[in-house]
Amino acid sequence: MSADHTTMSADRSKAFHVCTTCLLTLVMLSALIIGSFAYLSLGLNRLFTLDAAQELGRFFLSFFPPDVSRDFVAKTAKASLETLAISAVGTLLAVACGLLLALPASGRYGAGMRAVTRFMLNLLRSVPELVWAALMVLAAGLGPFAGTLALAAHTSGVLGRLFAEALENAPRAPAGALVEAGATPAVAFLYGTLPLVFPQLLAYTLYRWEMNIRMAAILGFVGAGGLGQMLYYELSLFHQAQACTVIIAMLLLTALVDGLSATLRQRQVSAHV
Amino acid sequence: MSFQLDNVGLRYPNEQQALSRITLGAGRGERIAVIGPSGAGKTSLLRLLAAALRPSDGRIEVLQQKPWQLSSRALRRLRCRIGVVHQKPPIPGRQRAVTAILAGRLGVWPWWKSVLSLIYPADIDGAEAQLARLELADRLFERCDRLSGGQLQRVGVARVLYQQPDLILADEPVSAMDPTLANHTISQLVNEASSRSVTMVASLHAVDLALHWFPRIVGLKGGAVAFDLPPVRVSDALLRDLYASESSVPPTQGLEPLALPEPGFRHAMPRKFLSP
Amino acid sequence: MMATHAHRLDPDALKRATGLLVGLLLLWPLLVLSQFQPAALFEARNLMAMANFLKGFVPPEMSADFLGRTVTATIETLAIATAGVALAFLIAAPLALAMTRALSIARIGPGPGRHLSDVLHAIARVLLVSLRGVPELVWALVFVRALGLGAAAGVLALAITYGGMLAKVYAEILESCDAEPARVLLQAGSRRTLALLYGLLPNAAQEMVSYTVYRWECAVRASVVMGFVGAGGLGQLMDQAMKMLNGGEAATILIVFILLVLLADAISAGLRRQLS
Repeated sequence: MSADHTTMSADRSKAFHVCTTCLLTLVMLSALIIGSFAYLSLGLNRLFTLDAAQELGRFFLSFFPPDVSRDFVAKTAKASLETLAISAVGTLLAVACGLLLALPASGRYGAGMRAVTRFMLNLLRSVPELVWAALMVLAAGLGPFAGTLALAAHTSGVLGRLFAEALENAPRAPAGALVEAGATPAVAFLYGTLPLVFPQLLAYTLYRWEMNIRMAAILGFVGAGGLGQMLYYELSLFHQAQACTVIIAMLLLTALVDGLSATLRQRQVSAHV
Repeated sequence: MSFQLDNVGLRYPNEQQALSRITLGAGRGERIAVIGPSGAGKTSLLRLLAAALRPSDGRIEVLQQKPWQLSSRALRRLRCRIGVVHQKPPIPGRQRAVTAILAGRLGVWPWWKSVLSLIYPADIDGAEAQLARLELADRLFERCDRLSGGQLQRVGVARVLYQQPDLILADEPVSAMDPTLANHTISQLVNEASSRSVTMVASLHAVDLALHWFPRIVGLKGGAVAFDLPPVRVSDALLRDLYASESSVPPTQGLEPLALPEPGFRHAMPRKFLSP
Repeated sequence: MMATHAHRLDPDALKRATGLLVGLLLLWPLLVLSQFQPAALFEARNLMAMANFLKGFVPPEMSADFLGRTVTATIETLAIATAGVALAFLIAAPLALAMTRALSIARIGPGPGRHLSDVLHAIARVLLVSLRGVPELVWALVFVRALGLGAAAGVLALAITYGGMLAKVYAEILESCDAEPARVLLQAGSRRTLALLYGLLPNAAQEMVSYTVYRWECAVRASVVMGFVGAGGLGQLMDQAMKMLNGGEAATILIVFILLVLLADAISAGLRRQLS
């Protein structure tokens, strides 16, 4: 019976111990959360007064109905095309740069090159698209070109890293057999490795395009053209109805690109070299 | 001399001794079959001859050149002249048969031709001709991952036929094919070799095919040459000894097992296999 | 005897040519619409602005006053992220429960209140789609217009968008959990909501917490970005620095930002490891 007694007390102490860690974490978490609210002195409680709530309600209601006048819809359509173009060209540029950087980053040219290119890719990825856009506005002036370059820079980092991983994990046998039959490494890559990784590369690219269309819409906030620039402009003039139209256009554009991307992804499953 | 191995040994990085003290030579136009149990070192031997692996000991000379003393460009040119048929052709699944076959000449094509051929195949007729010899012309534009094992092996053979090398090395080229097809494929390889007076070395798991098509049989066991004889002198006792680790009866790909233990067993082979 | 036949054409040639043509036809207007002019990068005006800005990068601004402001801004960013995710959780939890409740009817067992559940489910779905469809930066901009510059806009924007994201993922996690414990509780007579809480939650809790921690890490980055439209924190500081073309300050903030992201990443990874 004494053995049972010791195991029971051991279990009990273990349970007690686990509970204290849980409790401690919970307490710390609550402290951090409450601390955050306190630090920010958000004054959200002000929102809960009737006046403030009414005003906020009125503000949000002023968005509806959206402005559907011919001229404005035409203007929005043009900005939508501009945003679509920014996302498409930016993603295409990123695929080219990403692939270029992915080759050394996959270790084909030695560990030194791999480390350097991986560092560059990480740097490109870490800076958010909006910050890139602010920088590119300096370098290329206001307008959609800055947005394209910003998307290209950030996405190169993302795609470059994904491509490099795909290349590293690709089987070496096909390209190796071609090299052993006398082909140059470059040609062996085209015939032996690229067909293997191509579906993955395309999937990553299409997924990234879906993300980029959302980003391209926003980059205009810092002057990089498209729907974002329109939205910023209309909201700064407190034209809520017009802003609503632009937001609806953003949602439609996102849905369109999502659909296109899904179709292309299905198509390429049956494609071949 | 098509190739010459002198006391060649091969040791893998994991200390496994794959081949030891191999001395083997062949003149131009010779046909050699390498037989032996699994793990005997047949693939390693072929990879050595293909200048794909470097020997740990001994000297090797292929097509009158010492491959490991060449510059990289010269080595590449040497490898262009050697055609390897793999047991499992390393071809990307999405690639079509036509592109896989044309890849045989990538070593000699200029880079722009190789690139353009990816968009539109540069020599459809040439690829088709080779595939037609192997009775597979109707699958010319099929994706390789939609082909059966035997069909894929034939694409691999067609690639080497298209390459037109001076030395053909075939590593179990017909292991996934049924007996009739296997026989036909080997006959095509032999035709190619003899019509262009090209040396051929084939490792085969099926002894009947080896004995039928090749005038020189090399038995490999445990990484060393067990015997190097013409087929008439390959007795059943030698074969049994060679395959002792595997089974009591040597493996065949024919419709009937080798009829042992008569000394003149070769005549027991079915008539229809005796003419190409 | 080989019969002569017409030259075969690549059956894919037409498809590829049209694809290439369509691609090129689309590319031109895309380049025009996005005002693709690489020459703009080399215009004197832009080069000057960029050169001056980059010159300021070295050395980065290190004055005590500015570093102090940077630290304050960093703490503000962390606070925005934490508060935002906390609010998001408060929004997501009931939403997720409502969705799971509706969807789990078939799984857990029949009971009263079916139609109400369906209605709630539909409402929840519509809410989620609209919440998630609009990017958080747009919400931030809208809230800045409604409430003025400052952290409140950022917190609310995060709460709304991340609330939607968390709700969807929580619902998915709850759905993918083993329903057996909940079913047992239901059969034992407990009410549906309680059955969900006590049956599904223990298993699902770890995954849910892990995803929430990951979202917090994303929220830190999002908070910096939202600062560019006036929602406070490090982003607002950087926006001011760039508008003043102050390269030194921008460089410092960039470095701090990268360190912050690394720190958040480390905390997130550490917490998630501790959970498993």
